[in-house]
Amino acid sequence: MDQELILELPNDIRSIEHAVEYVTRHCSSCSEYARRLNLNFRVGLTEALSNAMLYGNNSDPEKSVRVEVTITNDEVSVRVTDQGVGFDPELVPDPTLPDNISKSGGRGIFLMKALMDEVEFNERGNSVTLVLRFEGEATA
Amino acid sequence: MAFQVSKSGDVTVIDVKGQLIVGNRQELKQKVLDELEKGERMFVVNFSETGYIDSSGLGVLVSLSKKIREKDGELRLASLNEDLRTLFELTKLDTLFTIADSREEALEGL
Repeated sequence: MDQELILELPNDIRSIEHAVEYVTRHCSSCSEYARRLNLNFRVGLTEALSNAMLYGNNSDPEKSVRVEVTITNDEVSVRVTDQGVGFDPELVPDPTLPDNISKSGGRGIFLMKALMDEVEFNERGNSVTLVLRFEGEATA
Repeated sequence: MAFQVSKSGDVTVIDVKGQLIVGNRQELKQKVLDELEKGERMFVVNFSETGYIDSSGLGVLVSLSKKIREKDGELRLASLNEDLRTLFELTKLDTLFTIADSREEALEGL
């Protein structure tokens, strides 16, 4: 049976770890895929939330971040929406290029794309949907 | 989550217990910078009790590595599990850091 969760988070980076753990705990159908959940999902969702709070909402404590989660037997899908003006994700440079590798920032979207099966931004660029599928060899 | 600072000879060892992410990265940065300010130059960050690291955590390690090198010091990383190694490999940061299999191996030669 599908499961849906909706969270409205304060724009506080200290809330991210708890939110990620809360969503992960609800993902009972994915417990067989422990490695994908422990690494890919946790890091992917952490990146989406920190991007939304730090850049989308520009660290404004008056703003919030909406998280909509749908869990099925086949996948978990999370939409993270901030209250900012949006941005163009295509303009973010590749952090693995030699000129960028020793920079301290710029790896968030790269990690999201590398770890999740789908990453799709809306046209405005203030909402991202992450999908992780449960397929292949179970690791639990 | 916590960062435990200890000494092994002239080396400052920081054990990362829990996650190293956007919400606590400044705490790690400040602890290392405080030690650097006191004159410490050799550092090992030990990840044997770490669950995951996000891009902010990776970024703070890059930033600290630069600051330590500017003072002629060295930062080594130790005990990355398979998941954490994957993150360093994906981002190619495994080419930027000396990564040891264990705390003891990281301390050798420092």
